[in-house]
Amino acid sequence: MKRRTLLATGASAAVAAALGAPVRAQTKTKVGFIYVGPINDGGWTQHHHESAMEMVAHFGDAVDFVYQESVPEGPDAERAITQMCLGGANIVFTTSFGYMDPTINVAAKFPDVKFEHATGYKQADNVGVYSAKFHEGRAVQGFLAGKMTKSNKIGYIASVPIPEVVLGINSAYIHAKKVNPDVEFKIVWIFEWLNPAKEADAAKALIEQGCDVVLQHTDSTAPQQAAKDAGNVYTFGQAADMAEFAPMPRISSIIDVWAPYYIKQVQAVMDGTWVSENTWDGIGEGMVGIGEISSAVPADIKAEAEALRDSIAGKSYNPFTGPLNKQDGSPWLADGEVAEDGVLAGLNFFVEGISGDIPS
Amino acid sequence: MDINPVFLLAAVIVASTPILLAAIGELVVERSGVLNLGVEGMMITGAVCGYIAGHQSGSALVGFAGAAAGGAAVAALFGLLTLGLLTNQVATGLALTLFGVGLAAMAGQGYVAPNPVSVPKLPIPGLSDIPALGHIFFNHDGMVYLSIALVVAVWWFLERSRGGLILRAIGENHEAAHALGYNVRRVRFAAILFGGACAGLGGAYISLVRVPQWIDNITAGAGWIALAIVVFAGWKPWRLVAGAYLFGGVTALQLNIQASGLAIPVEYLSMSPYIATIIVLAALSGGRAPGSLGKIFHASR
Repeated sequence: MKRRTLLATGASAAVAAALGAPVRAQTKTKVGFIYVGPINDGGWTQHHHESAMEMVAHFGDAVDFVYQESVPEGPDAERAITQMCLGGANIVFTTSFGYMDPTINVAAKFPDVKFEHATGYKQADNVGVYSAKFHEGRAVQGFLAGKMTKSNKIGYIASVPIPEVVLGINSAYIHAKKVNPDVEFKIVWIFEWLNPAKEADAAKALIEQGCDVVLQHTDSTAPQQAAKDAGNVYTFGQAADMAEFAPMPRISSIIDVWAPYYIKQVQAVMDGTWVSENTWDGIGEGMVGIGEISSAVPADIKAEAEALRDSIAGKSYNPFTGPLNKQDGSPWLADGEVAEDGVLAGLNFFVEGISGDIPS
Repeated sequence: MDINPVFLLAAVIVASTPILLAAIGELVVERSGVLNLGVEGMMITGAVCGYIAGHQSGSALVGFAGAAAGGAAVAALFGLLTLGLLTNQVATGLALTLFGVGLAAMAGQGYVAPNPVSVPKLPIPGLSDIPALGHIFFNHDGMVYLSIALVVAVWWFLERSRGGLILRAIGENHEAAHALGYNVRRVRFAAILFGGACAGLGGAYISLVRVPQWIDNITAGAGWIALAIVVFAGWKPWRLVAGAYLFGGVTALQLNIQASGLAIPVEYLSMSPYIATIIVLAALSGGRAPGSLGKIFHASR
């Protein structure tokens, strides 16, 4: 009896030893990332990459991590994604709006691979979309901008005319206007996510025209440097904290917190429970972080900004709460009415008070 | 509308100088009969070398010297391949761009966004005190004056000196020049080095003055604009100045117009630098490509 138990145990141990290694190799999950910029751009892509590295650190040897940086949006992205799938990726994260159609196209060819597309709206059985409610953070920035400006002119470096960017401009404007009825927004579109020289030129143009707060929806730290050189101009970190420019000019920031989401979705692939979802989380869920409000901001204003942040996080306040009119003066939201997520995700107009057109 | 023309014109000069520097170098290269499409790669190498050298030494002068050396070093690689190993110039130039961008990204790791060195302004005594004009033209850093001086020097060299005559002869017909006893490869190699150094300075002007930081991909296509301006300027130095300043000017102007809220559709403003430059330089027509441009030379053929 005793000997038989011993033999059985030994046999099972031998079998486990023989099978163990190959089984582990098979279950290693290959995770791919496609980036629009270089991984050290100081903003959007760097933050995606750092979040991905946190995900890798979390799983250790259980994941095989591959990435490709500076992939142009458009047809070339299709090639890069396809290559990653042919390389055996189990899940591919495509981290820019312009990868939307390429992702959908490649996903149709690889039904067994899961795809996660950031900031888009097209889903498929194996394509999920995720984004953060950056506009919740923009509300806090707008509030601070309205409070801190002395010239009442606020500059906004806009990248590409898509709903996410338009939403940010609206949200910042609404909250700046609320605390400072005299504010005026000057918006410059540069049609690129990352072009340091152009971003610097745009920031300088805005500063020369009297803006003493510059918001940016582009990825590099060039506008921060321009503001620093100008002296008394306030800026906000975009996508990453950009803390190296604190306390002046950077007085706060929006931080994209992707790591928990990446860990959750890769885990789902490992468990075989992954389903295509449309995730759009904000401050409350922890996907949008508000960077430390620096010492350049007076304590009472800082406390008010933090209260605004907490009320958005706690869902007691929605940044898009009526009464709000569209740019042409026609009513949009009635008093107390709250905009639905579906409407916001496709927003393509300015609210009343912002001048200029959205390029098409 | 509150565009201040004095600030605007000063901004125009800052936006134009990198393109002007890279283009004047490429002009000399092309006049010697070599087509180097690697301007973007040499510029970005110069940008990162200039930033690193400037950051390590704390001196802008060392930074620009490092940028010129870096640009010339990758250009030397191009020269060895095309003149020594007789590789195709177009393919080699494109490869040089890809190589330069990658090399710069690698070299620049760890240099992202620390504090840059300051490049001092050198107001010209007397002249810089003239109201308005003084601030626009005579209150810049040394590189702006150098870029203009370089254009004058290149014009003089090409049109008035014996060395320039030899260089142009080699560019027009390398076999005839060779038959006359001129060393085609040596002259071309020198021209390529000059072009690389100029492109490097142009790149460093972006990373040390215009932005001023090291960020990957910082030149963002400025090298290609410089290449196009050389062609549209008909390989003539003065037109090149017009082209570079026009392009930089309309770029800075369109951002200012947007910021001032003038009701011009943004799409038109964004394309305006390219269109304005093409129209003006095409209207100035004339100018002909050097006869041996892009052709491979070997003494035995």
